[in-house]
Amino acid sequence: MPLTTALPDRCDHVMTRLEYSAKDQSSALKPPPDAAGVIETQGLNLYYGTFHALIGVTIKIQPRRITSIIGPSGCGKSTLLRTFNRMNDLIEGIQITGNVIVEGANIYAPGCSIEQLRKRVGMVFQRPNPFPLTVFENVAFGPRVHKMAGRGELMGIVEQSLRAVLLWDSLKDRLHRSALELSLEEKQRLCIARAIAAKPEILLMDEPCSALDPIATARVEELMTGLKSRFTIVIVTHNMQQAARISDDTGFMLLGELIEFGDTDQVFTAPRNEKTEQYITGRFG
Amino acid sequence: MDPKTAQRIAFTALFLGTCLVIVPVVFVLAVIVKEGAGIINWNFLTTQPLNGMRAGGIFPAILGTLILVSGAVMISLPIGVLAAVYLNEYAGERPLTRIIRLAIINLAGVPSVVYGLFGLALFVMFLQFGVSIIAGCCTLAIMELPVIITASREALNSVPQSFREVSLSLGASRWQTIRNVVLPNALPGIMTGTILSVARVAGETAPILFTVAAFYLPHLPRSIFDQTMALPYHLYIISTQIPNMPRELTFGTALVLISMVFIMNLAAIIIRVYFRRKKLW
Repeated sequence: MPLTTALPDRCDHVMTRLEYSAKDQSSALKPPPDAAGVIETQGLNLYYGTFHALIGVTIKIQPRRITSIIGPSGCGKSTLLRTFNRMNDLIEGIQITGNVIVEGANIYAPGCSIEQLRKRVGMVFQRPNPFPLTVFENVAFGPRVHKMAGRGELMGIVEQSLRAVLLWDSLKDRLHRSALELSLEEKQRLCIARAIAAKPEILLMDEPCSALDPIATARVEELMTGLKSRFTIVIVTHNMQQAARISDDTGFMLLGELIEFGDTDQVFTAPRNEKTEQYITGRFG
Repeated sequence: MDPKTAQRIAFTALFLGTCLVIVPVVFVLAVIVKEGAGIINWNFLTTQPLNGMRAGGIFPAILGTLILVSGAVMISLPIGVLAAVYLNEYAGERPLTRIIRLAIINLAGVPSVVYGLFGLALFVMFLQFGVSIIAGCCTLAIMELPVIITASREALNSVPQSFREVSLSLGASRWQTIRNVVLPNALPGIMTGTILSVARVAGETAPILFTVAAFYLPHLPRSIFDQTMALPYHLYIISTQIPNMPRELTFGTALVLISMVFIMNLAAIIIRVYFRRKKLW
């Protein structure tokens, strides 16, 4: 897979941080202070075979804020999201040029650990997709994979994660029941808890509310707002009102290009680009 | 003819055709049970044949068949599952994997006597296992392989892609994903396919004919390099090679063999139903 790697030296400190984490499994990875939770792309191009899906995307996503990516279907917003944790690698025939820098490290540089990247960059999917396991096993999956906790500590991580998504009180007596018995909203909260349990810095959410009813959506949005003090949240959404309600920054994408990126209030009230204005006023999309 | 009449005739024909499928099964079972059930008792199942196999029990043959099928499955299950996981989870669509897939399909169509000759050539002669349990197990294992691989691949395929995605997105490696997520969810399907393949080879005569089966042994096998008696071959010789064979004994042996196969099939069905009820995705 030909990858342009303009910043090979960037990966070095990832490796040293890996060694650091091996010594002290329980503590989170510590990126350079100014880079914690920051995602940056520079001239990012992505091709599915011959289809040019992302065209020269340059964006800098700030930590501890909610950034939403909006745009019509097929504009590349999910594709962009999935470059941040390299989930696009699963697709055959994909080519990427340009840089994606997560917490100061170029994640497409050779030698970067995809597993460690994905530990720091959690993901929540469109359809709630708990494993057919118990509630506890679902949340404990990440910590177990990364050997983050001994037997005694695992319960603590599960409790913390379920508390963070406000499920602990209702589920604490049902931890060993199947996660498939939960309601759709509870399942999606559980999936968020499962992502949080791996102690990421960044949470990517790919239309996390599109399978939920309006009331559940409102409650999950509230939850996201509560989580932004601890995580950088990037959310892809079809729903412009949702982007306007919850996000601090908004990016508008069209046909693979990032047309406009800025403060949500500014993008929605005084868009600089004509196409953005046409989209948010509902003239297409 | 008006359409309603035509439809009635068509449905009647379809129904009768379906009924015809049941007839041979019922008939075969009825004959075997009627002729053979009388002799089935504890003694028959647990003692040696006597008087040139015209009397006594069939214990060595039952034991031999159990040894052969369990030995075979111990060889074929790991190889088959490894191959299925590799083909389904690692190998992409390449010319080589397409050839392998084609080979597996063809392997399933090879006549059983050809497996027997192959086993004779490779295990008995070339690898110098001799006519032995190990040679027979290997031959039967090769026969089981295509069924196990195909069933396992289907089971792996039916695990939702989203489970793999989530696991990878949490930072699990591909191997961790396969071990912790994919294989546990594919296990019921793999078990079902394996039991069916075992049931299939349990009744095979040709593959063990040249590789392991003994006409008569006065003692039980002592090592994997011994020969053993086995039910299908025993049935074959007592029904064709021994004059004045009591009919009851032949049909009793057939009844034991068919019961073993039925029990295995039943186990496969029970596992499938149990997990289908549990499975909720």
